[in-house]
Amino acid sequence: MDKMPKWADVFLVPFINLLLAFFVSGLVVLAVGENPFQAIWIMIKGSLGSTAGLGYTLYYATNYIFTGLAVAVAFHARLFNIGGEGQAAMGGVGVAVVLLAFNWQHWWLALPFAIIGAGSFGAFWAAIPAYLQAKRGSHIVITTIMFNFIAAAVLGYLLNGALKNPNNQNAETVPFGPGAHLPTAHEILAPLGIQFSKSAPLNISFLLALLCAFLVFVLLWRTRLGFAIRAFGQSETAARYAGINAVKITMITMLISGALAGMLSINVVMGEQGRLIKEFVEGAGFVGIAVALMGRSHPFGIVLAAILFGMLTQGGFELLWEMPDLSKEMVLVIQALIILFTGALDNMVRMPLEKLFLRLRKEQS
Amino acid sequence: MCSVATKGRQETAAPSTAPAIELRGISKAFGPVQANKDISLSVARGAIHGIVGENGAGKSTLMSILYGFYKADAGEIFIGGKLTPIHGSQDAINAGIGMVHQHFKLVENFTVLENVILGAEDGQMLRPSLAKARKLLAELSDEYELSVDPDAMIENLSVGHQQRVEILKALYRQADILILDEPTGVLTPAEADHLFRILNGLKAQGKTIILITHKLREIMEITDTVSVMRRGEMTATVQTKDTSPENLAELMVGRKVLLEVEKKPATPGACVLEIENLRVVDEKGVERLKGISLAVQAGEILGIAGVSGNGQSELMEVLGGYQTATGTVRLNGRELDLTGRHSDGQSRRNSGIAHVPEDRHREGLILEFSAWENMAFGYHNDPKYNKNALLMDNAALREDTRQKMDRFDVRPPIPRLQAKNFSGGNQQKLVLAREIERNPDLLLVGQPTRGVDIGAIEFIHKRIIQLRDEGKAILLVSVELEEILSLSDRIAVMFDGRIMGERMPEDTDEKELGLLMAGMGTREAN
Repeated sequence: MDKMPKWADVFLVPFINLLLAFFVSGLVVLAVGENPFQAIWIMIKGSLGSTAGLGYTLYYATNYIFTGLAVAVAFHARLFNIGGEGQAAMGGVGVAVVLLAFNWQHWWLALPFAIIGAGSFGAFWAAIPAYLQAKRGSHIVITTIMFNFIAAAVLGYLLNGALKNPNNQNAETVPFGPGAHLPTAHEILAPLGIQFSKSAPLNISFLLALLCAFLVFVLLWRTRLGFAIRAFGQSETAARYAGINAVKITMITMLISGALAGMLSINVVMGEQGRLIKEFVEGAGFVGIAVALMGRSHPFGIVLAAILFGMLTQGGFELLWEMPDLSKEMVLVIQALIILFTGALDNMVRMPLEKLFLRLRKEQS
Repeated sequence: MCSVATKGRQETAAPSTAPAIELRGISKAFGPVQANKDISLSVARGAIHGIVGENGAGKSTLMSILYGFYKADAGEIFIGGKLTPIHGSQDAINAGIGMVHQHFKLVENFTVLENVILGAEDGQMLRPSLAKARKLLAELSDEYELSVDPDAMIENLSVGHQQRVEILKALYRQADILILDEPTGVLTPAEADHLFRILNGLKAQGKTIILITHKLREIMEITDTVSVMRRGEMTATVQTKDTSPENLAELMVGRKVLLEVEKKPATPGACVLEIENLRVVDEKGVERLKGISLAVQAGEILGIAGVSGNGQSELMEVLGGYQTATGTVRLNGRELDLTGRHSDGQSRRNSGIAHVPEDRHREGLILEFSAWENMAFGYHNDPKYNKNALLMDNAALREDTRQKMDRFDVRPPIPRLQAKNFSGGNQQKLVLAREIERNPDLLLVGQPTRGVDIGAIEFIHKRIIQLRDEGKAILLVSVELEEILSLSDRIAVMFDGRIMGERMPEDTDEKELGLLMAGMGTREAN
């Protein structure tokens, strides 16, 4: 018998976690001498109150869906991939190489190849730690985090060398051609008569992210490969008994995971920047861990959690603007508190709640 | 709280006549499961008291409460007539209770002496404690046949000796009451007899012993009184001399049980499995199988007897496809790949081997998966369970599971339920249903009834014999000698990675097999 009804497990626990996080964050805001309710209002209004705000929120959410899915897929095979940051960065290189190689005539021609570039470079970057884990037993947590640093260095090297724009002093590539420009929300919605902010970076990648979430769901719960991945993650000894090849599953899972992380660059590099710059991932790889945790490694949960974290990111920037007393670090503290409560301290709420439900059930019976 | 003292009930009786342990109205619930219901028990000083019951009957919970691992929801514990609240194991030790766990709690790379004093050192310096322990060990080994080399490393000791160290640990802490949880599960019959002599010696010195076991033979052999637990309740406490194994089994299950297995004589046919000179070397470089040769024919059950850890698991793993080996294995005359690309579980299944693994929790099932997902486990590539090249046919799988659950009487018959929510017996039936219904040429069965309730044992044995009667070859590994004797048509005994000999069940007995299991040939022993 399950300890709690499903709705409590999926919705009530994260909701209480969130309330607690807001409460403690409120104390922080209060300590600085600002009004916590006003702060929350600014964050909500800033992230949802206008199409510009919403556009930014969903733009960030797109990134977090990709990295959250990457973490979740690996997590189902009990592989803790915290190298999303590096895999996304390499994905950016892949996108840039593809988009600079040809003079693309139309975005829908360029997009499939950009996806292949982003996915294969991201997958490649995950494949090395996966191989070291599968064949040599080097712990994947250590290797993936190390590979984040290597990826940053490689990206810096390429942007100052082979891929550098010779026309200026910045560490970036030349802008991609106009044929590689992805339609933004404004451009998509305008023909339908909906006025969406022109400045918001939200683009068609958001739909791509939702499609990926659906495909991950199908992969994990409807295919043989997903069955093998989940079985391997639940029990390595049992998988061995069943004849599931550990090396193969580790490799395939990490390739998928890395490819998903790499897809982030479709949104940022192709969709927003229009060129490859140095620190475009901006920590989204790490936020993906919190998103996967909060989304309970389920694609549906991940989409919801990613939108929440998108709101936090966008709302945080608004907060900086509106409340000058709050420093940038303070906003980080608030975001970190929410990650802490929803991710790391999950059991703090879950366990008492489970006990409560058990008692309720006992009284009923 | 464990015990709420009510002044009026405080005992003042003389300790000499008071029972060593008295439990009054102990109750404990884990969530919706009532593990112990209003249990009262009284054990006289200097008695050996047995507690029997099926898995999940609440024996271990009760003993864990007595040893301070769990807090009872209600009830009181009296030690030597005195109300003794026990909040942790330290309280239990102070009250003179010692516990020998089923899985030993020893530090492998410490010596016997170091293990004995661990946690009971007299001061910051170890030397005085070690000297004291050495003296005590010398005394005890003379008195109770508890001889162990005090300077030996635990990892170099046999299981029987490790158990003696556990007993010595308890005695060093001046235990008057010794609780042993399934102490003979890992012992050869000879080692078990030795243990019983030790226990009788301790009893003669006035120690009180509580023996938890599911082996009725042991209860009859050594205990003075016995309590039976069923579904969290103490259903009976009787004098051992007034009862019989059949009677106890009935009390445990709540209905009459067939302890004997009914079966026709085997009619062995063609040779299905041939093993020649099979050798396995593990990761540490230790040779686990030292040249095994065996053959199993169609329509017979070959039982492999032996104390666990003598190579049976490795043999099953090789045949199951997840342990590399050298030597030759032929199935229906075709040689199996033992090292290369085709030595995996999938290839073995395709060649007609089904495998009920020894440890269903770690291997046979994925506890977090639902029953229907477990039904595909190992067979998820089967076209029957797949719609097309990509997608699985979950609906067909659920329907298939529902039918199998029906035929194997799995309760509750809900395919959606997670495997962890079934009882041990029903979990085992799930695995058996999955493997037997594959209609394999060879069925490997490891510990088919470990942790399975008596009612389900009957059913499982029947199904295995039914498969044999259908002309399939069956290789059975079990540490339960009784099971080996009653199911097998032929018995091979394993010791230290070798086959010590083969016997026919009707020509042998537990004693002879026991000697073989201990590595002694029959002739030398006599």
